Amino acid sequence: MTALRQLLRRPANRIHPLRGGVHPDDRKALAASAPITELPLPARLDLPLQQHIGASAAPLVRKGQRVAKGEPIARAQGAISAPLHAPTSGRVIAIAERPAHHPSGLAMPTISIEPDGEERWHPAITPCDDPFALDPAHIAERVAAAGVVGLGGATFPAAVKLNLGASHPLHTLVINGAECEPYLTCDDRLMRERAEAVIDGARIMAHALGVGGILVAIEDNKPEAAAAIETAAARFDAITLIRVPTRYPMGSERHLVQALTGRETPARALTAQLGVVVHNPATAFAVHQALRLGQPLIARALTLSGAAIARPANLWVPLGTAVETLIAHCGGLTEDDARLVSGGPMMGQPLPSHRAPTTKGCNAILALGAAERAPGRTMPCTRCGRCVEVCPCGLVPLELAAYIRAGDLEGAAERGLHDCLGCGSCAYTCPSQQPLAQYIAHAKGELAARARARRKQAETKALAEQRSARLEAIKRAKREAMARRKREAARKQAEQQTETEH
Amino acid sequence: MHIAPPASAGPFVHGGASIARDMRLVMLALLPATLFGLWQFGWPALLLFAITLATVVVTEALCLWLAGRPLRPFLGDGSALLTGWLLALSLPPWAPWWIGVIGGVIAILIAKQVFGGIGQNPFNPAMVARVALLIAFPVEMTSFVAPVPLGSDAAPGLGEALAIVQGGAPLDAYSGATTLGVVRTALDQGETLSGILGTSFAPFSAALGLHGGSLGETSALLLLLGGLGLIFTRVIGWQIPAAMLGTLALLATVMHIHDPTHYPDATYHLLGGATMLGAFFIATDPTTSPVTARGRLIFGAGCGLLIYVIRTWAGYPEGVAFAVLLMNACTPVIDHYVRPRIHGRDRRGRALVGAEHPETRR
Repeated sequence: MTALRQLLRRPANRIHPLRGGVHPDDRKALAASAPITELPLPARLDLPLQQHIGASAAPLVRKGQRVAKGEPIARAQGAISAPLHAPTSGRVIAIAERPAHHPSGLAMPTISIEPDGEERWHPAITPCDDPFALDPAHIAERVAAAGVVGLGGATFPAAVKLNLGASHPLHTLVINGAECEPYLTCDDRLMRERAEAVIDGARIMAHALGVGGILVAIEDNKPEAAAAIETAAARFDAITLIRVPTRYPMGSERHLVQALTGRETPARALTAQLGVVVHNPATAFAVHQALRLGQPLIARALTLSGAAIARPANLWVPLGTAVETLIAHCGGLTEDDARLVSGGPMMGQPLPSHRAPTTKGCNAILALGAAERAPGRTMPCTRCGRCVEVCPCGLVPLELAAYIRAGDLEGAAERGLHDCLGCGSCAYTCPSQQPLAQYIAHAKGELAARARARRKQAETKALAEQRSARLEAIKRAKREAMARRKREAARKQAEQQTETEH
Repeated sequence: MHIAPPASAGPFVHGGASIARDMRLVMLALLPATLFGLWQFGWPALLLFAITLATVVVTEALCLWLAGRPLRPFLGDGSALLTGWLLALSLPPWAPWWIGVIGGVIAILIAKQVFGGIGQNPFNPAMVARVALLIAFPVEMTSFVAPVPLGSDAAPGLGEALAIVQGGAPLDAYSGATTLGVVRTALDQGETLSGILGTSFAPFSAALGLHGGSLGETSALLLLLGGLGLIFTRVIGWQIPAAMLGTLALLATVMHIHDPTHYPDATYHLLGGATMLGAFFIATDPTTSPVTARGRLIFGAGCGLLIYVIRTWAGYPEGVAFAVLLMNACTPVIDHYVRPRIHGRDRRGRALVGAEHPETRR
């Protein structure tokens, strides 16, 4: 009977079916064969204080101060935040508002460093021989101090995710090497070239999380990366490589977990609820560097690609390098009307300026030529339902868009707006080229802004009420004091009278 | 270095699908059955087909001009042409020219543009026009002819064809009612099914389309071929045709087993009338059918059920157009209630709890 049950049990590494998704032309061949090369040190580095999800970092340096490579230049503020470190040795030339790496192009407080070319390391940076001797909380502390954030693009402070073991019963760490966005090859190259380090980082993270199993998931369009990881992981029983089918958005955290475990993460919850924590291979590499070498996150691998880039490449880039420096290093733009995108073409953000600095979360700079881009001729929706078919979240994008167009954002929210992961499969597949993902992004932003305004209003109201209550209390106290004094005076007068009468 | 102004958000790439491509593929899929119909019914059919197509294009252009919309993208998407094409295929092949003109105007002006043009019409424009014509001009809309293939001796020449299309020529010499019509009339007169079908229904010729009927509805086989092509190229989903044909076949089979003398079997229903055209090309019109896979199954099953009911017990021998229009009316309701389960939530929209599997939670 047990044998039968064993026989009937699912094979261990079966990939579970996912709903929806699309198969975009991956265009990875543009850059996949280019090894990661180090960018020559730029003449200037601009480091915005906000490069992560959470509270902005607070500067620790003054203008004119000399800094060493890896020296902390801004400290984390609050529970969800990350510090910043000098990517090289040099001098702080400004702490001012500068255009940030953000579609709005708005300015953000930024520390600007002029490198001195000496690459002098900060003396506090020392290698650690055996991270596995450290206790898990200590590892998370070091990761936090190194400023490591989720390098897949989410930029959530990695240490916070490494502490999840304290609040959730965890069993598996998933290294998300799906890299399902078209064009992107930096994770692929990192896994090919630094497989040992990625695996080491993953093992350190597993130790911090207190989990026994590590699954490394790689899409089957990256056989070289899979082979390299398989070789590097062969010594460790706890690590299993899983080749997942190439399908966008396989790299979505909750979808990857579903493909690997067959279980759905509850809405608005973390995958940790299922006992699984997901990290990116580049994050694993950063953890390896932080723990083994003591080096903070000061540079990262990123892909420069797109038909408008003369020589697509994978580069090891110091944080704060201007996008135009990267483009110039790759031979410049070959087309006049290139569209600059930070990140992949599906979920990336438009870059308003080529002067914006690269940040921790920037895994690619794309310059898309006219022929690659969506032509952008929008026709009316014909209700063909293809957006419904491809939506991996089970939404009805055409309906959400209709509500949003009509201005009924709450109506859209009731129909699952906040369950949208923003993968853009709907807009990608729409025959009418309706900007479905853009509508949804707009509605989410607008609702968030309204919620903020409401919170602010409520706070202001509460403060005003407190103030009037306080004023009222003061008035009352004064009145009472006055009354007391009067009574007092009256009593004294009465006493005096009685005294004189006597 | 000049850089394109930033779009608000991604995706910045597109899969390349377009309405025009879909429409072209549907027309391509219709081509075999259309050419076969035109060959079967000769010059008059060809003229009627051309007149109908010309009418819809002119009407669409006029409406777009009145609405102040650009002509090129909206005419170029081919949606009006396809509407006219489907309407023409559903007409008696030798109907007079004004049937095509009035039908074309109804389809585009009343059934489509009045509602706001492409994507806005609640009912299938071609079927609205067909039903309006059927009710307004019952004689012209039920005067069918037996096939007289181009090149055969009996086929009318271009001159004769012009007379036929002008509506003056008597069609008696050519007349040949549809199988559905014959059977219905005979059954109403109390004849038994085996007697009628023995003389008027041969599954093989019905599948090939060697019998009287609407211009493009006769060859079930060619329509099936085109329809499968559309499913294969993912222009349409399999759900509506499968549910519609499946329901129709199931009902026909059950009733046939129950009483073979009065209820013809499934082949008769699947191969006769507008079943194939309806299942693959009419009911699958995206605008007027549900957007979810399950909704489409319900929609298709509803069409199949209504076709069977209308053909068997209602006042018309053929019910595809009525069935599709009635189900079109149900589409908003189906789309309201039948929606996909959101990832991480149960069917009622509540967040899943912990380890529960979504499908097992009640």
